Amino acid sequence: MEVLNGKSVFSGIAIGKVSIYNKGDGQVKREKVTDTAAEIQRFEAAKEKAKEQLGELYEKALREVGEVNAMIFEVHQMMLDDLDYVEAITHMIENQSINAEYAVATTGDNFSEMFASMDDDYMKARSADVKDISNRVVSILQGRDNSGLSSDEPVIVVADDLAPSETVQLDKSKVLAFVTRHGSTNSHTAILARTMNIPALIGVDYSDDMNGKEAIVDGYNGIFYVEPESKVVDEYTQKREEDANKKRLLQELKGKGNVTIDGKRINLYANIGSVSDVAAVLQNDAGGIGLFRSEFLYLGTDTFPTEEEQFNAYKTVAENMAGKKVIIRTLDIGADKQVDYFNLEKEDNPAMGYRAIRICLSQPDIFKTQLRAIFRASYYGNISIMYPMIISVNEVQQIKKIVEEVKAELDAQGLPYGDVEQGIMIETPAAVMISDLLAREVDFFSIGTNDLTQYTLAIDRQNPKLDSIYDSHHEAVLRMIKMVIDNGHKENCWVGICGELGADITLTETFLKMGLDELSVSPTFVLKVREKIRSVDTSK
Amino acid sequence: MKEFNYTITDAQGIHARPAGLLVKMAAGYPCKVTIAKDGREVDAKRIMGVMSLGAKMGHIVTIKADGESEDDAIEALETFMKENL
Repeated sequence: MEVLNGKSVFSGIAIGKVSIYNKGDGQVKREKVTDTAAEIQRFEAAKEKAKEQLGELYEKALREVGEVNAMIFEVHQMMLDDLDYVEAITHMIENQSINAEYAVATTGDNFSEMFASMDDDYMKARSADVKDISNRVVSILQGRDNSGLSSDEPVIVVADDLAPSETVQLDKSKVLAFVTRHGSTNSHTAILARTMNIPALIGVDYSDDMNGKEAIVDGYNGIFYVEPESKVVDEYTQKREEDANKKRLLQELKGKGNVTIDGKRINLYANIGSVSDVAAVLQNDAGGIGLFRSEFLYLGTDTFPTEEEQFNAYKTVAENMAGKKVIIRTLDIGADKQVDYFNLEKEDNPAMGYRAIRICLSQPDIFKTQLRAIFRASYYGNISIMYPMIISVNEVQQIKKIVEEVKAELDAQGLPYGDVEQGIMIETPAAVMISDLLAREVDFFSIGTNDLTQYTLAIDRQNPKLDSIYDSHHEAVLRMIKMVIDNGHKENCWVGICGELGADITLTETFLKMGLDELSVSPTFVLKVREKIRSVDTSK
Repeated sequence: MKEFNYTITDAQGIHARPAGLLVKMAAGYPCKVTIAKDGREVDAKRIMGVMSLGAKMGHIVTIKADGESEDDAIEALETFMKENL
């Protein structure tokens, strides 16, 4: 197995046989001619034929890649008619009494040089265009058939370089991927490959003897495997299938509503743990962020994150979500996490210890810093807050008092903030049992099913010995969810789930029937859950 | 003879696609049309020349029309530049 590296121009996975693209041998010899007028005629005829072929390519490209990208072939036609170009060729034929092939090839090279030496990446890439049209005219003069692929099954096209016309000329249904030795990410071929949705790599130093060999193109990582081992093939076959499923889902479901067959709607959001996750949220078409874990700001550093650092992170996310809801959870840290600067004492039971809101309420400085940052960021988007690990009404009242202090401080400083919804995580049995009382104090509930299940079943999730009795669908948990939804609704709170159970599509119908208002899942699950929602009929 | 100066605002400058459109438009007029940058003047009906000017964002080009229908040409070209470059 050979493993070659290259640069990816378009991602995706292709598995198949290599077909080395033949440019045909176009060696051009300089020959003397006696009848220069006739030779010029030959050139003119070939030029017209080339323009005709380009016209056909334009039509094909129009259908396959759209007007903007097809335009290059119209430009090619114009280049062929350019008087500077044409006159250079005809003068060369007349003055040197040489054959049209040589005149065209040389002029092509000259103009190509001129563009290549320009101080502009885009213009440099045009030198390939001039070469392309000249090669076409020379091929016609030589009576060569512009060969290309000679296979019936789809192949991975491998070539030294591919000109735009060569890329479009290929029968798309026969191309699994492109791999070239040269080329640039700005080249027209790259643009066309992207538009045609075909994985492509450039800068791959392949050997010429690989025609017909099995290969894998990894457009995500820029790797080309030749004669891959069977376990590599298996790995990529799976990746390719996942890829295809994702693409299919995306195509079918992006922009569609989260609505059941009988018209029931539910909000579908995503859970993230860092600012860079926002891209995945938007790509997967989530309606908002149902859980923004703020711990990343506190981990991997040896001092408390400043208000400014936090503010910038929250603001960036809020702005990138452009009005879609962002629910930020205040710090949910305990002795089980590596945060020496918090000076947390070692505990025997960190899951039930000094953590999360307990730290915040006993160390209001830390809490206020985070709250100030969140409130300030709320001015730039649609932000809500939720507080973790709540067990009493008293805790919530304390929180609200501190929030009022924070708002007063910001008002005094003239710092603006938005209207921030206040919610709590329901992840303790206590919170479930008094959810009727808690509902009066807040705007929403988000059920943290992972911890709720753990505390309710008295099972440590990390203990593999107990896997066989850990039932995430336990009746107790389901009844608790129903109770929380009902109690929440009585006081006009919306209720959502941000734990792993939200992505469990065997329960989606159950949740919908219970009247759940929101599901927040990992970005990669959003479309799968949407697909499930749209297939359910809660009236049946 | 009519002319106007224009500062390129397009981030890519005069690249293949608008060059093609410009040449197409200029070729539609009987008068002579040229485009110049830094004192170098080329025939606006010849695409190789137009592209070879290497006009980028921020550069000032001078477009001239001389002959029959020069007023129409100049007006159309000015609109074209504003809309595409």
